[in-house]
Formats: sequence, C-alpha cells, structure tokens
Amino acid sequence: MIPPPRHASAPLSPLRRDTVPVGSYNASDFMPATSPTAATSSSDDVAWVGRGGRAGAASSSFPGGGFDMPAASSVPASGLTTVSVVNLPPGLSEKAGVAAELQNDRTTHSKPLKEKTTKAERRALQEAQRAAKAAAKAEGGKAPPASSGAVSSANAKSAKAAKPSSQKNDNVTVAASEKKGSDRPPEKDRKKDVPQPRMQYDDKSRVEKAKKRAVVKQTEARNRVELFRHLPQYEHGTQLPDLESKFFQLDPMHPAVYKVGLQYLSGDLCGGNARCIAMLLAFQEVIKDYSTPPEKTLVRDLTAKIGSYVSFLIECRPLSISMGNAIRFLKNRIAKLPLTFSESEAKATLHSDIDRFINEKIILADKVIVKHAVTKIRDGDVLLTYGSSSAVEMILLHAHELGKQFRVVVVDSRPKLEGKLLLRRLVGKGISCTYTHMNAVSYIMHEVTRVFLGASSVLSNGTVYSRVGTACVAMVAHAFHVPVLVCCEAYKFHERVQLDSICSNELGDPDAISKVGGRGEINFLDGCANSENLQLLNLIYDATPSDYVSMIITDYGMGKQGSIADKYEYIMYGKLYKIQEEGSGADIKAELLISFGGLLMSLKGNPDYIAEFQLDQKYFLCMRKLV
Amino acid sequence: MPDVQALVNDFLNKLKKRKIEGSQATSRQTAELLRSVISQQRVPYNNQAGALIDAVKAVGEQLIAANPVELAVGNIVRRVLHIIREEDLSLTTAAMAGLNLSAVSDDEDDEERDDLPVLSAAVVAAAARSTLRPPSLQTLLEDMPDTAAIPHTSSSGGDSEGKSKSADKSSRSRKLKHDVIEAVNELIQDITTCHEQIAEQAVEHIHQNEVILTLGSSRTVLEFLCAAKEKKRSFRVFVAEGAPRYQGHLLAKELVARGLQTTLITDSAVFAMISRVNMVIVGAHAVMANGGVIAPVGLNMVALAAQKHAVPFVVLAGSHKLCPLYPHNPEVLLNELRSPSELLDFGEFSDCLDFRSVTGSPLLHVVNPTFDYVPPKLVSLFITDTGGHNPSYMYRLIADYYSADDLVVKRRTTSGN
Repeated sequence: MIPPPRHASAPLSPLRRDTVPVGSYNASDFMPATSPTAATSSSDDVAWVGRGGRAGAASSSFPGGGFDMPAASSVPASGLTTVSVVNLPPGLSEKAGVAAELQNDRTTHSKPLKEKTTKAERRALQEAQRAAKAAAKAEGGKAPPASSGAVSSANAKSAKAAKPSSQKNDNVTVAASEKKGSDRPPEKDRKKDVPQPRMQYDDKSRVEKAKKRAVVKQTEARNRVELFRHLPQYEHGTQLPDLESKFFQLDPMHPAVYKVGLQYLSGDLCGGNARCIAMLLAFQEVIKDYSTPPEKTLVRDLTAKIGSYVSFLIECRPLSISMGNAIRFLKNRIAKLPLTFSESEAKATLHSDIDRFINEKIILADKVIVKHAVTKIRDGDVLLTYGSSSAVEMILLHAHELGKQFRVVVVDSRPKLEGKLLLRRLVGKGISCTYTHMNAVSYIMHEVTRVFLGASSVLSNGTVYSRVGTACVAMVAHAFHVPVLVCCEAYKFHERVQLDSICSNELGDPDAISKVGGRGEINFLDGCANSENLQLLNLIYDATPSDYVSMIITDYGMGKQGSIADKYEYIMYGKLYKIQEEGSGADIKAELLISFGGLLMSLKGNPDYIAEFQLDQKYFLCMRKLV
Repeated sequence: MPDVQALVNDFLNKLKKRKIEGSQATSRQTAELLRSVISQQRVPYNNQAGALIDAVKAVGEQLIAANPVELAVGNIVRRVLHIIREEDLSLTTAAMAGLNLSAVSDDEDDEERDDLPVLSAAVVAAAARSTLRPPSLQTLLEDMPDTAAIPHTSSSGGDSEGKSKSADKSSRSRKLKHDVIEAVNELIQDITTCHEQIAEQAVEHIHQNEVILTLGSSRTVLEFLCAAKEKKRSFRVFVAEGAPRYQGHLLAKELVARGLQTTLITDSAVFAMISRVNMVIVGAHAVMANGGVIAPVGLNMVALAAQKHAVPFVVLAGSHKLCPLYPHNPEVLLNELRSPSELLDFGEFSDCLDFRSVTGSPLLHVVNPTFDYVPPKLVSLFITDTGGHNPSYMYRLIADYYSADDLVVKRRTTSGN
C-alpha cells in the first residue's frame, strides 16, 4: 500500500500545521473562497452571468442578498441609456460566445429603441458619461466609498482607461467595439473588484480640497504621531458645537442623517452593527422623504444624495468596513432599479430592500451565529471575551438560557472600557464573571478554555480587523494553546487585505489617553499635554493575523472547522522516526517509517516526493473507505 | 540587641504592609538592616562565622516570610550569607598561609598590601574558593592573574585579604565582623549605583533613530534611556501605559521632560505598534535562575508580540534582582493580587456585587495581578550592572553571587521552623 506520496501529504499537511483542540481551521484557506465572491456578487450586479456554475453556487450561498437572477438578466433596454449602461457591458462575460448569447437574449427581450442604437453610439455615450464622472471626481477629489465610485476610479486607475477618452473614441469602429465589448469587460470586472484607495491624509492637496467641502469643521490635532500622518486626527469636542450652530443652515442634510452623524461624532453610537443599522435606518428615512427633483432621474439623483450623506457621515467618523459594504449594497440596489418603476414603487422597493438587509444580514445572521457558536460551549467552560461584542454577548446569553454551566472572563482595556458595560449586563443575567484588564490576560489565560472575539471586519487574507487589543488577546491565547473563535457576520467581510494595523486604522481622541477615567489620582500628564515631544496615540482597531484564529463563525457556517476529521473514518497520530533508502541508481526508493503509537507504517516511494517529510515530524494518518 | 529587634520588627511591618516600593529600595533597606544585625551580633570565641550566619538567617527567614513575593529580600539575605562565608574562608586561608609563612606584622601594616605573604594568601584564598565554588566565567578569569602572581583581588570581599595577616584569634574575630560589614557596605553601594552602571551601557545598545517600546515605568529604564539621550542619540520611545497603575504616564512625563520624543499608547495597542519598533526595553521585578523574568504585569504579552515580530526583548535588571531560585508555577506562586478597586469602582458596581449564584459564591470576581512571568525563551538579553548576558547564562552569574549552601540550607531551616 504505497499511495503516491504527494497525495498522502496533501491532506495531512493542514492537520499537521495546527493542533488546536477545536480543529485545524486555517483562516487563510477559507477566506479567499468566500469573501471575494461575496464582494463581487455585491459590487457588480451581473458578474455571475458569465461565470457559470461556480459563481452561481457562490451567489446562491448568499441567500436573499438581493442578487436575484431575474432582476439582473432582464435589465430593460431603456436602462441602457443611463447608468446601467456603464454597468452592463462589463458584466457581459468573459467569453465572446456567452456575450453573443446574451446579446441575442437581450434583443429578444428589449424594445425596438435598443436596436436602433448601435454599439458605437452606446460606446460613445458611455465614454462621455465616464468622462463626466472623471471630471466630477477630479473636482470633488473625495474618496467615494461605494460602487458608483468604483467605476470611475477603476477608470482612472487602469492603465488602459488612462488614455484620454477622445483618443479612444477616434479609433472606435463597430468592429473594434465588438472586439472590445468581448474582451475588455473581464478586465474591468477585475478592476472593479480592486477596492477603492482610501483617502490618505498626508496628501496635502487632497486634504485641502476635502476641507473646503467639509460640513463639519474639524481642527487638526496637534502633536500627531509621525507613523499615522495618513490618518485623520482631529481634536475632539470642537466639532459638536460648531455643527449644532449650523443646524439650520445645513439645508441639504436630512435630519435623520444629521442625527446619526451627531451620534457618531459624540461616540454615543458605537459597535459595528449598531452603527450600520442606524445608518441604514436613516437612509430609509431619507428615501421615504425623497422626491425626485424635476429634470432629474431618481436613480442618479438619489445616488448622489446618498453619496453626499455618506461623506457627511465620514466626516463625523470614518466608516467601518461593514458600513461601507452596506452603502455599496444600497447604491447597488438604487442603480438596479428598473426605470419603469414609478417613484413610489422605487421608494417602496428600496425601503423593503433596506429592511431586508438589516433583517437578513445583521439580525438573522447574528441568530445563526449564536446557534452555531453555542454548540462550541460545553459545561464547565471558561470563556474569555475582550471588550464588548454584540455577537459574543448574544452567544453568552443564549448559552446561559440553555442552562449551560460556564464562567466568563471579561478582559477590558482603556480608553473605552466597554467591558464594564458587558460585565454589568452579564452579571445582571446571573452569569458568573471574572473581570480583568488587558495586561493580566496572560495570567488569566491559564484557566480559560475558549476565547470568543467579535470583529469589525474579516479581510480576505484572513486578517481579523477588530477593536484594538483583540490581536493581543488572540496572540496570548495562541501562545497558551487556547482556541480562538471569532464571531463575524458575513456582511462584514471585505476583499481588502492588510498585514499590519498601521496602514489603515482609525485614530480616536488622544485626550482620552492622558485622562484615566474614574482615577483622579492619575494625572501625571496634566501639565505636559502641550509639550511637542509628547504624542498621544489612541488607536481604535488592530489587525489580528489569521494564524492566531482557530475558527471564524459566520452566518454561513463555522470556517472549515472539523472538516478534515469529518471526512475520515479513522485518524491516527504518529511520528516519523526513520527515513531510509533502498536500492540504487535509477530504481532507488525511499522508505519512510512512521510509528503510530507502536503501530508502524512503512511508505516506499520515489525519493523526489518525500522532500517535505522530515525526521521527528508528527503526522496524522486519515483513513476512509472509498467504496 | 533590643534595638535591632525593634528595627527588624519595623522593617517586617513595612514589608508586610507592602510599604516599600520597588526592589531596589527593598534590597537596600534589607542590606542596611542586616548590616546592623551583624554589627550588633555578639560573636563567640570560635566559629564566629557560624554565629553570624545563624543570626542573619534567623532575621532573613522572618524577612522572607514577611513578603515572599519580594524576591529581592531573599536575594540580599543570601548575598550577605555568601559574603560571610567568603570572608570567613579568606580569613581562614589567610591565617593558614600566615602561619606557614611567618606573619610579617600586626594590623598596623594594612598599607603594605603588596607584601609577598599577602600575595600568597590571596592565591591560597582564590585557590580555595575556586575549588569550593562551581566554575564560572568570573572564577576562571580571576584564577589566571592569581597564578601569574599579580596582586589581584576578587570583587566580593577581596579587599579584606590584605588585612588578614594576623593569626591572632581575638583580632581575627573583630576582623571577620569588620570585613563582613565592609563587604555589606560595598553591596549597598552596588545596589545604589546599579542604575548608573546599567545606564552606562545604553549607548552600546541604542543607535540613532531607534524606536523603543517599553511598558509601565521603571527607574532603570528611565535612566537607561536618558543616558543614551545624553550621549546625543536621538530616538523615539513608545510607552505603553501599563494598566492598572498607569505608571507609563509617569515615565512618559519624565521622558518628555528630558526632551525625548515620546508616544504614549494604550496597552492594547502594543501588538499593533510593535511591528514598527526596533527594540523593547523593560525593567524587571526579579530574574530567576533559569533566565525567566518576574516582571510587571503585561510584559508577557509584550514579549510574545516582540517574538512574533522578531523584535529584541531586552530586560534591565540590577544584580540584586538576580534570584537563585528556579521558578515553579511562577504566575501563581510568585504573584500578588492587588485591590480590585484599581479596575472597578466599588461604588459603581456595588449593586452587581450583591448578585449571588445558587452556590452562594459571588458572581463577580476581579483579578488584578501584579506580576507576569516571562519565560527565558522570550528574552533576548539581560543587561545587568555587570554587563549584558544571555538568559541561559543566568545560572552561572548566580554561582558568582550566591553560595550553593544557602539555597539548600535556607530551605531546610525554613521548612524546619
């Protein structure tokens, strides 16, 4: 029984890598599979058409996300004259054949009007729109967070599209456009996937421009930390009175948005889900009160309006990734509104779309997460959590309701001390709790059996982007071989990648560092807050590398946890104790001897294949019946 | 005697009430107390060393029991015991040599240290010591010049050898006590100046534009950084505030006052920032014989983060923090839990404190440990007043400072009482 060594090593390696008791889930294996597809299917509406089975399956794994096929494939032809023109051709397909098929499809469905516009005309129109958008963007100079912006940015960024559009128009012939129509879109598709570069605040000219437009007048903080020049840092407390005084002048701002913005600014509203829901509800209000101005189309005007609200919210506090995803979803829905809809119909559709998003992506998702995660809590467990995560809190409360006997360790850290609030709620429900601070985490980790963490976002390289300190807790847990379970709703996944916590982060109020709440006696820094040598750094997020995370619990399941063991009937664990060679010359054979607790296995094969095997390595042998 | 007992009791009280902050102050006061114990101790005609050792041990035991977590007390007691043994040994060997080599004169000849008999006495003492002591780098080095007949005195109590020429019994007993007190004075001197000696090495370790991270506050670290700053090195320091005492604020303030670029961060941001840090420099509470460190709480986390990002983790520790014991379960046994009020305001949570589960035990616990144990594999370097050392070298250093008898004897007497 000598299996091809490659084959044998392939299933072994993931198990070998990680011996955390819960299972050998490796986040990086899992991430690329879900999050990019999630992103693609939400960002460009018709991308799945050309992708065939795989993408179809992916989109079906996102139930009710609003990517329903009929809506996308039967975009009415009249839509082609407006925004959806921009979106549709890229979506056609990767292969010309499919494109042609779709073309036929469309001709049968569409109105005569469409046949009259040749491709060249459509292309010209499209270019003109794009140019207009690029101009608008240059003028604005802001960082539009969502999908409509992605088109223009992809345009500006791609080397191909960087050519002046007029030049392109010159050599447009029907044939050329035919050809382009079939081979450009995929590239654009990809370009659209690339996330928008965020505003870099060390770029002076852009910051100046942004300031001119800004509704919220913010004073820049003094003594900024050199490393974080690229992030906005404002003095706290200066914006609020200014904004309040402006309340009656802020003509275009909807009061609901304004209210949410103020709540963000003052910090009354925090936590990824709460912020996202508040924003969506505010937008729902906006849509309810919206009426299309004359001479404008609902689709474009509303998108622009939402865009301006979003930039107001960004001024109040930088968007979280989950909010970015929600906005992208909303804009996407607006862009896809059939033009045949009357205003009231459109508004009703959007209203219910937002409702559905909140219900399915956030509230139901949390319920599913709780259902999954509760299976991971056993009697006698000591669960550690950090800060205050709404998902983790629900899990703990639900497990308590189920009558599971466990203890909770709440680790907390300055400056927010959110753990205190969580502690109060848990103790109030009768759960036995231990409270401690960040530094004592390695002291308390000895008695902990599971770590549950919330996340602000999960990035596509498996990095968990979360409240600052999460990485420390995960690292210590990893060092003590305690499994780390991260609970994160799927709508918080993002296709971005990040290696450290510095390139992208958010800076909180620096004064919160120097003042220790509730501890008046600690006032060492009272006198020297203005010293130019002293900088106070209040980071909000950090990035936890994926190797510290044992499992990510989402509404679509729990990572790949246990998957390897589940597939096999018998698994043995042993050690490679000898490597020897047999024969000589051409038919030299290598022999591996592995002892599974005394049960010896000898594997003979081509020496080329055993390079990865080393003496004293531990191996799993997974056995399965094939028939 | 009674006034010594009063002193001892006073010190015991202070230790028990944790009135003395910092291991440096503790060790200095311990040494001073032991000095007065020795000076007050009446020595019998023979076996004076034994009498002194017993006296010191009796006091030392009480001191150690008063605050078992403050390892510096035990360290100093052992150091003093070691000094007594060394002095006794050198006196005996010198006396033997003096008998053989026809003593030149009396005590008055102290100035004539370079006499031939003195030399040979030193050689004999060194030889005796090196046979009795486990081999260490120091003994290896000091043997060489001795055999080459160069007048050389070892660091611990070496000065006394010159004076010990008299074979006269009565003067010898005075001599021993006198020498021991001299040596203890030297020890006190060492303890008070250890910061400076550590700080002197700063320029060797800190280069231009370095980014250094530290957590909490330590006087050694402060002086180390300032010494480098005074030598015109410019570098920036990240200070993690070190909950729950927030001593980092204090350190930051001091550093800013001395003109260093300082950034204060929360403890939770350590992992985020450590990727941009070149070196972590921290103080320690005690260094164990295996090279592990009992450090202010939070440093294990910092050390793990530093290891993850391959950032050197440097521990500054005066030699009085060097503890000859091997740690067993140090996170629990060598730790101390402080008041929960540093974390939770009693008033704020008074309603929650009433909640009780069915079993009757309170629902809410607050854990506030003082120390962390950093295993030796996470430490890159120790900088002590005698230079930089690898964690694995610590046990050798211990052989220079402590006599093996005291570790065991100490234990036996402790368990016996």
